[in-house]
Amino acid sequence: MSLLFETTPDGVSRYIDWILSGLGWTLSLALGAWTIALVVGTLVGVARTLPGGIWPRLGRIYVETFRNIPLLVQMFFWYFVLPELLPQRLGLAIKQMDPPWGSFVPALICLGLFTAARIAEQVRAGVQALPTGQRAAASALGFGRTGMYRLVLLPQAFRIILPTLTNEFMTIFKNTSVALTIGLVELTATAREINENTFRTFEAFGVVTIVYLVIALLAWQLMHRIERAVQLPSFVSGGGRK
Amino acid sequence: MMVDLSAIASVTPFLLTGLLFTLQITLVGVAGGIVFGSLLAVARLSQNRLLSTLATTYVNLMRSIPLILVIFWVFFLVPWAIGWLTNGGRPVAVGASLTIYVTFVLFEAAYYAEIVRAGFRSISTGQYAACDALGLSKLQAYIYVLFPQAFLSVLPILLTQTIVLFQDTSLVYVISATDLLGAATKIAQRDGRLVEMYLIVGVIYFLFCYAASQFVKRLQGRLAYR
Amino acid sequence: MTRSAFSLAALCLLMFAFALAPASAQSLSPTLQKIKDAGTITIGHRDSSVPFSYLDNDQKPIGFSLELCDLVVAKIKAKLGQPGLKVAYQAVNSSNRIPLVKNGTVDIECGSTANTIARQQEVSYSVIFYAPQFKWIALKSSDVKTTDDLKGKAVVVTQGTNTAQFVAKLNAEKNLGLKILQGKDHAESFLLVETGRASAFMEDDILLAGLKANASSPDNFAFLGDAFPSDPYGVMMAKGDPEFKKLVDDALTEAMKSGLYDKLYTKWFESPIPPKNINLKFPQSDKLKELVKTPSDKANGQ
Repeated sequence: MSLLFETTPDGVSRYIDWILSGLGWTLSLALGAWTIALVVGTLVGVARTLPGGIWPRLGRIYVETFRNIPLLVQMFFWYFVLPELLPQRLGLAIKQMDPPWGSFVPALICLGLFTAARIAEQVRAGVQALPTGQRAAASALGFGRTGMYRLVLLPQAFRIILPTLTNEFMTIFKNTSVALTIGLVELTATAREINENTFRTFEAFGVVTIVYLVIALLAWQLMHRIERAVQLPSFVSGGGRK
Repeated sequence: MMVDLSAIASVTPFLLTGLLFTLQITLVGVAGGIVFGSLLAVARLSQNRLLSTLATTYVNLMRSIPLILVIFWVFFLVPWAIGWLTNGGRPVAVGASLTIYVTFVLFEAAYYAEIVRAGFRSISTGQYAACDALGLSKLQAYIYVLFPQAFLSVLPILLTQTIVLFQDTSLVYVISATDLLGAATKIAQRDGRLVEMYLIVGVIYFLFCYAASQFVKRLQGRLAYR
Repeated sequence: MTRSAFSLAALCLLMFAFALAPASAQSLSPTLQKIKDAGTITIGHRDSSVPFSYLDNDQKPIGFSLELCDLVVAKIKAKLGQPGLKVAYQAVNSSNRIPLVKNGTVDIECGSTANTIARQQEVSYSVIFYAPQFKWIALKSSDVKTTDDLKGKAVVVTQGTNTAQFVAKLNAEKNLGLKILQGKDHAESFLLVETGRASAFMEDDILLAGLKANASSPDNFAFLGDAFPSDPYGVMMAKGDPEFKKLVDDALTEAMKSGLYDKLYTKWFESPIPPKNINLKFPQSDKLKELVKTPSDKANGQ
């Protein structure tokens, strides 16, 4: 792949610098969005498991909204539509945000909230999969709502849903590519730019494909290690107590 | 920016052509994806080590890279590949629609393959033995006994993946194709009506997907009684 | 994922490498043979390169370049003896037009593609049918008047254009500290200026004039004072097919000699055109008149 070390048209860098830059944006976007997604997703997921009142309904609205609209359409909403709907000065301020932040921030929020909806569903499923006795026992021990979730329910729920969370983690790296449509020069956009400048389609896309494969492998390894580290013997291979 | 809903009537026909294309891609993607995915699933479970390794590699590869990247790959390189295979090097023209269909079949097959494979694993081993005992050939066993059971057990997940496919079709935007989102974008750019068009498209996608996911939920409830 | 998975992936990629081996020798004009076999000629068109190649209100491709290509199609029909030859239109954008010509999806690309020496390594061009120059367009309200006013600001170019490379160079040479955004096509780039996300958009002056004329509020926009030399336009086709190129060149030069070119020029540049019946009022530049008198297919610097 000699292409990597050739100089770019503007004479100041090499193509490998472009790829590293693209990779940097992909990783920043993925990890940043993952953080937002975990926090928001857990909150919404918990909301959906609460006994009654308005929280479960709000949670449901959130999940249904963000799950039933394609990610690309959501990106366009955050990037194109939102600034137009806000008051004139605020909208203008957002639009004048320097690139690449002008693209990165909407992409971050969008991808974070989108993934949060999916994580929320998984957290809900995880909590609901726990034996009802857990809640009762926690109450009997004097735990308040927060304590019950924080110390009893969520730790167990997360261990249950770790495989699906792994899937979600790997998916978020792939979804960062959608940000290229709002101008973020992440990895896939970099491949396209290299192709436009050198016409060496196969090499440009080939290198980037390999980078994605490596990311996927590393992500999977990371989650697998976490899974092993937090495993509880009684929960392995569905041998739960009733 | 003022939201002007009266302009919607004039652009509806074009939006409908876009929606039609979206549905076409979805349909071809589902049909082709499930067929190819099932073959991949069977290949993965086969005793032939070469076959199962090839299938596993394919599935893992496709599931590790973004769909947009696959769209670019297929769009730029499929004509070369076909030309190489058929008339010795001269590229063969492949229309944009066909390219898109091929992309989605290839991509979604990897995801359907995993689902179908899970379906197969949920079948009790007694079924395989029973097929042998009845003297069914491998093919007959698959067609009459194994596939129906595998499909039925993962039907909700297959349908959910189809909803995901429907949403994924919007990504053909990157090659300027005129699906629902592409049509809306073209109108938005031509008429300067970004806000209205993207809101409309969002609503349309929401209605379709919400209805579909409710249907899947109800189906799941019914299937649970079997 | 296993090691064997990786090695198999590498094997697949290697197979593709062999797929890119040079074409074997064909009898005559591979492009014509392909068109004949398919019974269809595929014309690449643009979505928003007014007035060369764009979509009208019914989303049909129309434009000056397309009418020139109609002349080429007529010649091809005559040459192949296939008056019933079908014409298919394939939308292209500045990112994918060259790959699509190279891989045969598109037989001739009739838009606003600049002929440059670098691109001639990948594709062939017909004789030049237009010679533009680069200009900036901006919102009047943004108060930029010259290139220097753009220092440190966000500007936009369209992906894959010669303009994109020009602006990158200009930025480096003059140390302007520009933040360069890229639009997917000219319409999107124009939109970024319209919505205030970019301060200016650089493109060939005629394309900008077309976009401005068709904007919802044309009077909001103004050109900046500076102009820079740009690359001339040609019809793009696959490389290594001199017979086909000669056919295309002949169709165009005949039109230039017979006055048909001038008629078509007046129709698209100096009269009201769809979709809004606006007159661009862009007479032929001296450079263009020269090129019509003595057709050439040479890029700048050749």
